[in-house]
Amino acid sequence: MNLLETFYTAFEAVLAHRMRSILTMLGILIGIAAVILTVGLGQGAQAQVSNEISKLGSNLLIVSPGSTTTTTGIRGGRGSSSTLTTADAVALGSKTVAPDIARVAATSTSNQSLTAGATNWTTSVVGTTPSWEQVRARTLSAGRFITQDDLDQARSVVVLGSDTAAQLFNGRSAVGQTVSINGSTFTVVGVLDTIGSTGSTSTSSDDDLAIVPETTFASRVSGSTTRTSVSTIYIEAVSSSTLSAAYQEADALLLTRHAVTAATADFSIASQQSLLKTATSTDATLTILLGGVAGISLLVGGIGVMNIMLVSVTERVREIGLRKALGATPAVVRRQFLVEASSLGATGGLLGLGLGVAGAMVLPQFLNQPVTISAPAAVGAVVVALGIGITAGVYPAGRAARLAPIDALRND
Amino acid sequence: MTAILSLRDVRKTYASGHLEVEALKGISMDVHEGEYVAVMGPSGSGKSTLMHILGCLDIPSSGTYELAGTDVSAMTETELAEVRNRRIGFVFQGFNLLPSMSALRNVELPLVYAGAPREERRARAIAALEKVGLGERVEHRPGELSGGQQQRVAVARALVTEPALILADEPTGNLDSRSTEDVLGLFAELHKAGRTIMLITHEAEVAAVAQRVVRIRDGLVEEPAGTSAGAVRA
Repeated sequence: MNLLETFYTAFEAVLAHRMRSILTMLGILIGIAAVILTVGLGQGAQAQVSNEISKLGSNLLIVSPGSTTTTTGIRGGRGSSSTLTTADAVALGSKTVAPDIARVAATSTSNQSLTAGATNWTTSVVGTTPSWEQVRARTLSAGRFITQDDLDQARSVVVLGSDTAAQLFNGRSAVGQTVSINGSTFTVVGVLDTIGSTGSTSTSSDDDLAIVPETTFASRVSGSTTRTSVSTIYIEAVSSSTLSAAYQEADALLLTRHAVTAATADFSIASQQSLLKTATSTDATLTILLGGVAGISLLVGGIGVMNIMLVSVTERVREIGLRKALGATPAVVRRQFLVEASSLGATGGLLGLGLGVAGAMVLPQFLNQPVTISAPAAVGAVVVALGIGITAGVYPAGRAARLAPIDALRND
Repeated sequence: MTAILSLRDVRKTYASGHLEVEALKGISMDVHEGEYVAVMGPSGSGKSTLMHILGCLDIPSSGTYELAGTDVSAMTETELAEVRNRRIGFVFQGFNLLPSMSALRNVELPLVYAGAPREERRARAIAALEKVGLGERVEHRPGELSGGQQQRVAVARALVTEPALILADEPTGNLDSRSTEDVLGLFAELHKAGRTIMLITHEAEVAAVAQRVVRIRDGLVEEPAGTSAGAVRA
């Protein structure tokens, strides 16, 4: 009996018990769809996060104020102090001290209400230097960025994020218009290109901000007493291969300038990669966890196939006995039941893949979260389903093959 | 005439719990080509066990069984399957047709296991169904046929491989008297056409249609009352 006939015979049997076959497949179907969707969700989230982080700028190091230790030994939390200053930024920009650092942009941030005519919009106002544009790898859609001259003269000029411009001017050209920030009037000189919203994962969007010269920020916006302190210093390394050299130079320089040791450092430096690693590893953990739960449901589906195949062997004792009486060898009977089980598995897997792909198209519209289904994951899922079918079929098929024809036929 | 089937001192012992039950206590008999033999006996006589051994569904504990010149008494399960497929056509009391398949597909089944190509299989199955008078009902499923017709399908299935022996186990046990006549008439025709038939039954009127009756009691062949043309004493 050739393989084609074995397949035909097995399909005949699967079709003869249509309802049962469908219910059995359902277990595998749901399991495979669940695995595909959870893994796809995880991969989608990871891709989204890494995409957002890479948008921060290339070869980027981010220096944040760290905790301070008072003489009495009381330590504040990260970011509790404003230990970074504009002077730190200037020192970091020195080519002689830190040759691997290409550019430095210090920023100070304050949430302010912006008014343009009757429109009011609250956003984060960032005081920085002209280098911010290159360091953060941003481009302009209209006008110009702030210049050294704006900085030196402490001019009241502002560059708006694309969302901010849209909110304040509602589609009209923003360049040349004026906005009021904290009681002072600023002229809009440029609008940033849209970078893509960080949306659900971040409270402040990179498209919703207002950039002013840091000198103007200190005098007109923040009203802080320590006008030289900054909230974050962005450092761009010369290239990605010198990123760790740039990291060490910045670290050594700031330790010396702040007269602290590594143990009492009042700042911290993060690289784009380290942010990426932290963010994606969280997502990876979640993916593994959810994938594990989905995997268990797949396993239960597999046990369902085995259970049904065992019931099927018991119920079809007469059929098996008859087939044997008519000349089916134990090997042929075993093959028939194995093909039955694996075709249930494979069909369930294919249908599950279909459901998973459909879910991946529908789900993002409700979750605001992309679902990525990769080809290897899809092929893998179907192969796993087939494997589960075969594994679940081995034991029942062995039992069917071992049935003695006289015992099988005796059930009169 | 050559013996198509020859048993020599065949014994079969079953272990039933701690007890050993000897179902066959040394049976010797020959059946010649073209014979129509009825095996009769009350229940518990060992007639079912004998039928299993004759049908190569089981092997004897001791003794030899030759079928068409081949010793089948010590064959493996796989070899026995092949012998059943090529040499024996079964007709069972309960018809044993597969309910989800057409009459044609049911009749084809032994040829599927023999590895016959599709067209040949179909042609031979149709020929066998025509021979039993069901040429018009090849696509019907067993559920759409009467008991007598179902048993005719089973007879067609037994014929389709051109076996050396047709073994019928209580073939009329589930049939009314009209269908019984019908099926026994079919066997008579097959016998006339030169087929070797063994019919196992407990009904005397069924056994009466055979050329020769072998009576089994307590695992032994009873002394035949006169008609023992081919029987050999142990």
